[in-house]
Amino acid sequence: MIVSFSLILLCQLIGEVFVRGLRLPIPGPVIGLMLLLVLLFARDHFSLLARGPLGDGGVENASRGLLANLSLLFIPAGVGVVQKLDLLAERGIAIVVILAISVVLTLLATVATFLVVSRLMARASEKP
Amino acid sequence: MSENPFSLWVYLSQSPLLWLTMTLVVYAGADAVSLATERHPLANPVLHSIWIVGLFLMLTGTSYPTYFAGAQFVHFLLGPATVALAVPLYENRKVVLAAILPMLVALVVGSIVAIVSVVVLAEAAGLPRTVVLSLAPKSVTAGVAMGIAESLGADPSLTAVSVILTGIMGAIIVTPLMNRAGITDFRARGFAAGLAAHGIGTARALCIRGNRAVACGLVWRAWRLDGIPSIAFPPSRCMLARNVPLFSTSNHSARHGQRKR
Repeated sequence: MIVSFSLILLCQLIGEVFVRGLRLPIPGPVIGLMLLLVLLFARDHFSLLARGPLGDGGVENASRGLLANLSLLFIPAGVGVVQKLDLLAERGIAIVVILAISVVLTLLATVATFLVVSRLMARASEKP
Repeated sequence: MSENPFSLWVYLSQSPLLWLTMTLVVYAGADAVSLATERHPLANPVLHSIWIVGLFLMLTGTSYPTYFAGAQFVHFLLGPATVALAVPLYENRKVVLAAILPMLVALVVGSIVAIVSVVVLAEAAGLPRTVVLSLAPKSVTAGVAMGIAESLGADPSLTAVSVILTGIMGAIIVTPLMNRAGITDFRARGFAAGLAAHGIGTARALCIRGNRAVACGLVWRAWRLDGIPSIAFPPSRCMLARNVPLFSTSNHSARHGQRKR
């Protein structure tokens, strides 16, 4: 557990160093995610890696444990909204309406794209 | 007990223990209610935890930085949790690779619509610049969205709330909207639901309520893959959902098995 969590933290740490070092506009943990993904894929090809946190589902279990409580992790940041109450009192309705319209548009656009692409793919696979 | 009870409060309210405990307890309670209502979208545990904690802070006159000194330990875990998304991504690698083309196309279209629509509308409504920037990443998985907001110089707390609101509204709107639009393609509906269902709570809500046409398993999958899009294209998590419908076609029965769980 500790070793698996260390691996996750290490990936994040490397990600942060990489992002800060190169001044990339990407969150460090996203690089950490890719790094962990590469490690997991590499493990399938090099049995040498399949030990410690990468063997025996160690890092998988640690990750599942973290992700099972993902919702909880948003609360401290979300509570920060208490600092924005004047903004919400003034603009709250506009913000909610804007988000609602945007959700509807995004849903429709995504559905349409999906239908079109899957139909095109189906047609293409019929042809050969 | 010899001392003024007020001094105990003064002591506790300055220690991380109280605020960390409170965050966990309020969340555990809100999550229990959410479970009891079969994960109804309106019972979103994050939404309710936020206002309950916020109200408590206001009633006790506690400043947000004081609260955050305790709650930061929870907040910190967002980073490792983002890294941990590699695991569901890896476990679903076959689905992801099989659906890579529709995923990318839908990713591009969905994210452009999500970002452009919210920015244009917010600008039109005359919202201040920082607010517009805070709303822009609202379609990205919350943890990543907050990272983006920070790097944009926007306000992560407003972003967190807008991400959550977007997820809740998406979960509520999707079924009637798809019916109204006459979308009968079951995979497309499931996919759209996954798209709208940000974060865990709303995805599960749809899943457990088992909204007939909306394939629960799809949503479930979407949630498990959540975050993938953000990886490829930070400003959009929407695409995630793409793999979902494709997946569903091949895994119809598995989906139903999942719902029962």
